[in-house]
Parts: sequence; structure tokens; C-alpha cells
Amino acid sequence: MTALIEKETLIGKRVPKLDAPKKVTGAAQYIHDIELPGMLVGKIRRSERVHARIVRIDTTEAKALPGVHAVLTAADTPGVGLGHGKDNPPLKGDKVRCERDEIAAVAAETEDIAEQALKLIRVEYEDLPAVFSPAEALEDGAPIIHEQHPKNIPFTYDYHHGDVAQGEAESDVVIEDNYRLHFVTHCCMGVSGAIAQFDSEGNLTVHSQTQVPFLYKKEIAPVIAVPPEKIRVIQPVIGGAFGSKLDIYPFEPICIFLARATRRPVRVLFTREEEFLASPTRQPVELVLRSGVKSDGTLTFRNCRTLHDNGGYTSWGATTPFVIMQTISSLYRVPHCQYHTTVVYTNNPYSGSFRGFGNLQATFAVESHMDKLAEAVGMDPLAFRMHNAQQPEETTPQGMVFHTCGLSECLSITTEKSGFLAKHDANRETQAAPTRTGSAVKRGIGMASLLHVGGGAKIYRSDGCGTILKVDDHAHVTVITGSTEIGQGSETVIAQLVGEELGLPVSAITVINSDTEITPWDVGVHASRTTFIAGNSARGAARKARDKLLIAAGEKLKVDPETLDLRKGLVVRSDSGESLLELGKLIRSLHFARKAEVVMTSDYYEPPSVMQDSEFKGDVSASYAFGTQVVELEVDTGTGVIRILKVTSAHDVGKVINALSIEGQIEGGVVMGMGYAIAEHLIVKDGRMKNPSFRDYKLVTAPEIPVVDMHFIETNDPEGPVGAKGVGEAPAICTAAAIVNALYNATGVRFCELPLTPEIVLRGLKQCGGHCP
Amino acid sequence: MKCIKQEISFTLNGGAVCVDVPVTTDTLTMLRDRLKLTGTKYGCGEGECGACTILVDGVAVNACLMFAVDCHGRELTTIEGVQTEDGLSTMQRAFVSCGATQCGFCTPGLIMQGTSLLNRSPDISVEQIKRGIEGNLCRCTGYHKVIDAIATALDSNRSAPKEHS
Repeated sequence: MTALIEKETLIGKRVPKLDAPKKVTGAAQYIHDIELPGMLVGKIRRSERVHARIVRIDTTEAKALPGVHAVLTAADTPGVGLGHGKDNPPLKGDKVRCERDEIAAVAAETEDIAEQALKLIRVEYEDLPAVFSPAEALEDGAPIIHEQHPKNIPFTYDYHHGDVAQGEAESDVVIEDNYRLHFVTHCCMGVSGAIAQFDSEGNLTVHSQTQVPFLYKKEIAPVIAVPPEKIRVIQPVIGGAFGSKLDIYPFEPICIFLARATRRPVRVLFTREEEFLASPTRQPVELVLRSGVKSDGTLTFRNCRTLHDNGGYTSWGATTPFVIMQTISSLYRVPHCQYHTTVVYTNNPYSGSFRGFGNLQATFAVESHMDKLAEAVGMDPLAFRMHNAQQPEETTPQGMVFHTCGLSECLSITTEKSGFLAKHDANRETQAAPTRTGSAVKRGIGMASLLHVGGGAKIYRSDGCGTILKVDDHAHVTVITGSTEIGQGSETVIAQLVGEELGLPVSAITVINSDTEITPWDVGVHASRTTFIAGNSARGAARKARDKLLIAAGEKLKVDPETLDLRKGLVVRSDSGESLLELGKLIRSLHFARKAEVVMTSDYYEPPSVMQDSEFKGDVSASYAFGTQVVELEVDTGTGVIRILKVTSAHDVGKVINALSIEGQIEGGVVMGMGYAIAEHLIVKDGRMKNPSFRDYKLVTAPEIPVVDMHFIETNDPEGPVGAKGVGEAPAICTAAAIVNALYNATGVRFCELPLTPEIVLRGLKQCGGHCP
Repeated sequence: MKCIKQEISFTLNGGAVCVDVPVTTDTLTMLRDRLKLTGTKYGCGEGECGACTILVDGVAVNACLMFAVDCHGRELTTIEGVQTEDGLSTMQRAFVSCGATQCGFCTPGLIMQGTSLLNRSPDISVEQIKRGIEGNLCRCTGYHKVIDAIATALDSNRSAPKEHS
């Protein structure tokens, strides 16, 4: 009797990452680990001045040092600007605008020689007056950072819906606060680096940690004067990204210039200190939020103005208003909204993209206000949020369509599981009272929710991804995807989605995702888009292969393909599960047939989202992610030290594809959000970083982590792959907001700036009562 | 600049090694650049991140903080030496099955730290595990699954013979 094969699913399982074995054995090759024959060491000389004219650079002595192969300055390069504002030439020739500025580069045989050569470069500067606060940079007569922007304003953003004056007139309570969000940085455990090599035909191969390999080619081409079709991007295993590798920073074109000058492969690799000094930061924001509410608890309006410190050059940080305004306009129902951002050049470090992309800053302000407004109208924080929460099938005034929306479920389950309301009331009772034991420690509980894109973001004309898929003899599948793995686990999710369609285990699937000569086009890993977009594309290619295989099996078995299914590497009868044919055997028979065929398919998935119009309105993502986190903490009112005890989180993830991966994203996101709130602070004084090391820049360590109680809300998004939404950024977004609300619950003091370090907390508690100035 | 070298010999992943190294070289540089064992990672170069953790005589050490010449006569184990004849070690298997690696850059250091904890005291609490990996930074996982993995490996090692020293 033939074995009967039951249908098994891979969806929702705890599937270990496909790349885990090579990562736990040390076999994974990061940029640091690649050795090319004849490779030279590239090093960069930085300005150390914050604003100065370069009078003269003398490289004579450096060039004469034995072992030095090239010394380059701006004069040796095309001088074309990089980045979102195209205002950042890789090597600066006329003047420097911030501490990190690149002014010369060396390629040498060893690191020691390269270091020595850097010291032999003589630079003469003429210091210029500098400006370090965006408000001061807007004053008349402020130093001008870029001559083409005499007011120091490269961008402004304006958005509105409804009429905030009407909203204010309808309000029973109106509040306004100033929030100040600080500099933090990504701290990827693998420092930045690149390897460049030209062949004799002038073709360039770059080993780059970029998150956007195809856009990279287009963006870097004019800067290095190599046409994009002659650029091949190979991505090694990437030691963390979190958005930091979304833009191209000067070290990459510099590495390419050095390779071209020396006709040798060159690697530029940062030290940890350089990683702090020359990486992008999270956008610091000064934000004024004015909100109103009716006495029945209905929100009436939000009016928000922000000042963005752009630093010396424009990278992605300048574009965070795109995301900030979404949360201002559409996290809870807001009938009237006005939003304005002024982006201002200063002589500070410049910001890039960082997990959440402005949303941590926006959510911090909005969710602080939600608590204050609730209290003002005498509602509890949960009932107030529930009253204003969006429901499925709503379209927000900004044009976002929430086909699915699990916000209410997230609010319910987190508050229920954490016992929020009872604890919230109990803590309030003890805010002013000395604790029973005489100890200065008080407990607090606070909540915050989030809205973020969950199905990509159409910021380019396409937000798509391509897949090529082949099924070979012995039923092994190779999935060639445009998407990028940065540790988040995308290749494993892709393998699960493909295995699900083809009835194969993930062990039968290899995912190729690291070489633009092989992989099809994709927009890159950002906007929490990879599971959604690359997942749908992989699924599309797998379905085509499945159809092809079932038709071939039907012909061979002389049965209707509709009656067949693929399970466990076999072709089976779908009703009974009766095994009919080995899949590998079927494929071999196709290869050896008179009209031989290969089973190879491709698919390009383009989500049904649209680009925003000139008023920033439109359904920019194919799906939206929601979540709520409840934080429980202890604060020692004698020392200002905060301990985060527990985070109860619920995320609308659409559908869980890989439970292990999604838990990892949430646990990691919560700890990153917690670090933003209470530990991390890149201290910048007069344009200079004061703590560029792990000794002085405090990351959260293992003993400090809270218990994380996770709940997944499955809303089965109709457009998502098997119903899933993106969740990469979401978990980091609302933790800081929930922490500041919990701190208020514990102490009765409301803080409007981060980080909540012991000094700031203590000062807040002791001096001004901590209320926003 | 004169480079003073010294010849040293030590045991590395069970085999004898004899090299001459500049006296100023640290163990991390020797392992990666000279001996081409790139599984041990550079994260900060000043003992703050733990990415370069190796075992010296069975105890976890930051390779970036140890002069190479001080390896003389010692027994070193790197991530490349952790696997057993049967494949991945208990600790490595637990890191895979518990989802303890994401970008993976801190992983070799954490596995060495976990292995050192396991060698020192097979009966430690979750709180002790957290303290034990305090010097290893991870930016992806939030440490939860790393702690799970080390606890899982300790559990399975209690019921199995000691596999590595």
C-alpha cells in the first residue's frame, strides 16, 4: 500500500535561520574577513576642525613614505556630491563643515604605514565662525554652512488636513509642549568598511555592506565617474545595519578612488572610534506639539512644528519628516492637523536613516500628549486611546488606507496581560507618599502605541522586488532574490514561503541574495518591506514553478493537475494524500525528455501603493503595522536610576511566518528602544563628539534587560504574503514613549527630553518638577 | 621604527603553533592577520564589546587586550576550535535552535563566553548567565535568545558528558 502524505505547513513555525550554522562557527565572511590578492589598506584623514577653509594640503612627505601607493585629495576626484542633498563631496577641497570631514586618503601596504602617512599630510586651515544649534543657524548673520543655502535651510516640509483653528475652537482642553530628542547612533557590532577592485576593462567590483545594492549603483556612478552598468556590488555578510547603510557615505567612493589610483584592490575599514565619528546618527529633533481634546475624550487637532538639526551635510535624516508627519496625522483619529519642519544646516554631525526613521521621536511626543490629554479630561489612558483608535477599513485624512488594523486588539491585550489599569491607579496613589520601607524606589507603568508602514513605502516610482527561482534535479530549489539579508532573517522567511508552495523543507532551499550580477532588481532593505515585498515576489515565483511542475506531473501521470499537490518532496493526490511520484524524479524526466525543459521561473512584485502627492497625501504603503507596549519600571528617586522591569508588547504582524525570527525582532527592538530612552547618548559639544567609544557611549547590556511578554495580533492582511506585515522597525518605536509615561506614573513628573539618564531624572525630580518648560 | 619580534609557541585549537610576533601585537591581530583565523571578531579593540572573546586555558579573555607574546605556553581555543567530531558543539547547536544569532557579528564571542561559563560552573542561574555575558555587546537580539541558548546548552550538558575544555 502506498504511503499517505499529510499536508504540513512551514508557516508560523520556529525555523532557525538558514545562515545560523555559518555564524556560530565563525565561518561567515564579513567585510573584515575577505582577503584579495595584493589588497592594500586604505585610510582616511579627517578634518578635526568643525568649520574651516582649507588653505593648503601638502601630501609630498606622505607620498614619499615607502609602502605608500597613493595619496589623494579632492583635486584628484570629480568633486561630485553624495547623499540626499548631493551636497557632500567624498573628499572636501574648499572647506570643512564638521569634525568628521574627509580631506585626504592614503592607500598603503600595511595599516601602520597608512597611519604614518596620514600623519605626514600637512593641512593649513583658516577657521571660520561655526554654529551648533539649529535655532542659532536661522538667525540673521549666522555663519553660512553651504554658500548655495544662505539661510542654512536646505529643506522645509508642510502638511495639513482640516483646519487646526477650527479644531482648536472646538477643543475643551488644549496643551502644548516642547520636546527635545538627542543624538544616538547605530553601533553596529561590525564596523563599516568596503573593498573596491577594478579589472583591466575598467569594470568595478565593490564589496559593500549597503542595504540598497541596486540604488547604490545608480547613486554612486556619477560620484566616481563609472557608469552603473560597469559596477558590480557584492554584499558580504553584514554585521548589523539598522538603516545606517541606506545612504552612501564618503568612505565608499574614497575606497574606489584609491583602487583606481593604485590599480590594486583596496579595503577601507573603520576603527570603532571612527565608526562613532563618521557614521550617521539618529535625527535629533526639537519638536513643539500642540493638541486638543473635547471633554468627551475626542481628539480635535494636532499642530506640530519641528526643527531638524541637519548637521554639515544632507543624508536621510533630513527626510524623516515623511514618517514623523504620518504619526502626527494618523496615530489615532485626528480631524485637524498641521505640520511643519525646517531642516537647518549646522556644524554638527549629520543624521541618516535609523530603524523607525523619525518615528521614535514623533511617537515620544504624541504618546506623551495622549497621556496628558487623557488625564486632563479625566479618562484612563486605555479608554482614551480606545476612544480615538482607528478601525479596519478606515482611510486617514493623509490618505493611508488601513485594510487591516489591530490597534484596538493591541491596546486590549497588553493592558489586560500586564494588569495595567489596577497598577496605574495604585502607582498614582504612592507618587507623593514616602514608600513603606522608607526606600526611595517607586514603581510606574506606562503605555504607548505606534503606527508604521508594514508593506513597504513607495518613495520611488517602484517599490518592487524581483525573484528568479529554479528547481533542479534531486528537487533542490535555488531562490535568487533581489532582497538583502542584514541579520533580520529575510532569507529564512523567503525559504519558508517558497517551501510552503513547493511542499519542500527549508533544507531543500538555498537563497542567493548578495550579488547584483546575479540577483534581480530590488529597492533595498528599509521601510520594514522585505518580508512583505520580497516575500510576495518569492511566493509568486514559487507558485509559477508549482504550476509548471503540477502540469508536467499531470501529463506524465495522465491525470488532471488540479487533483495533484506537492508534499514532502512528492507529487501526491490532493484529496487522499496518496504518493504518486518523487519530485526529483519528475524534474529529471523533464531534463531528459525529447523536448527538454528546465523549471525556472521569475516574478516581480509591485505593491499596490502609490507615491504621495505634492501635499504628502496618498496610500504610500500596501499595509500598515500597529503595536502597543506597556512598560513597568522602578525609579530610585534618590539617585535617578531607572530599571525597566517588564515590557508587555502586542504587535499587529498580519500573520506570524517565523515565530523565532519575529520574537527576535521584537526583543531586539524593545531593547534598542529602551537604550534610546535611558542609556544611549552621543554627546556632541561645539560640533565635537565627546564619547566615541563603548566605554563612554552606554549600550544596554544583558543584566539590564526587562522581561518581554509578547503577543502577536494576526489580522491576516489581504495583500501580505500569507497575510503577513512587516515588523522590522515597529518594536523599537514606542518603547521610549511608554517609558516616559511610566516614569510619570511613578513620580508625577513629566519629562520632555531624552535620554532619561540618572542626572536628568534627578534634576527633573528635584528642581523644576520636571514639567516641560 | 624598529620592530622587535619574539618567537612563541602555544596550543591553538588542540594543535601546536610556533610563530614569531612583534612584541607590540595583540592576540586578536595575531589570530586574524597572522594565523588567518577570522572567526574571532574585532568590535572595538579596547575590551568593551567582547566580540573577540576566546578561551585561554579554558577561561574567556578579550583577545584584543592580551599581548600575543603572553600566549606563550598557554592553551588557546577560538570559535574555529569549538566544533566536535560530531559537528556543532552543544553551545553552537543551542545558538542555532534558540535563534540567538541575527547579524552574527557578536556570536563567536558570545559562544566562547558561554562555553567558558559552562566550563567553569555547570549549575548557574539565569541571573548568573546575564552577569556572565555582561561584557559582550549585541545590538540585534536584545540578549533574550542568547540567554535562552546558554541556559539550554547548560541544561543539555548536565545530562551529557563534558565535551570541551
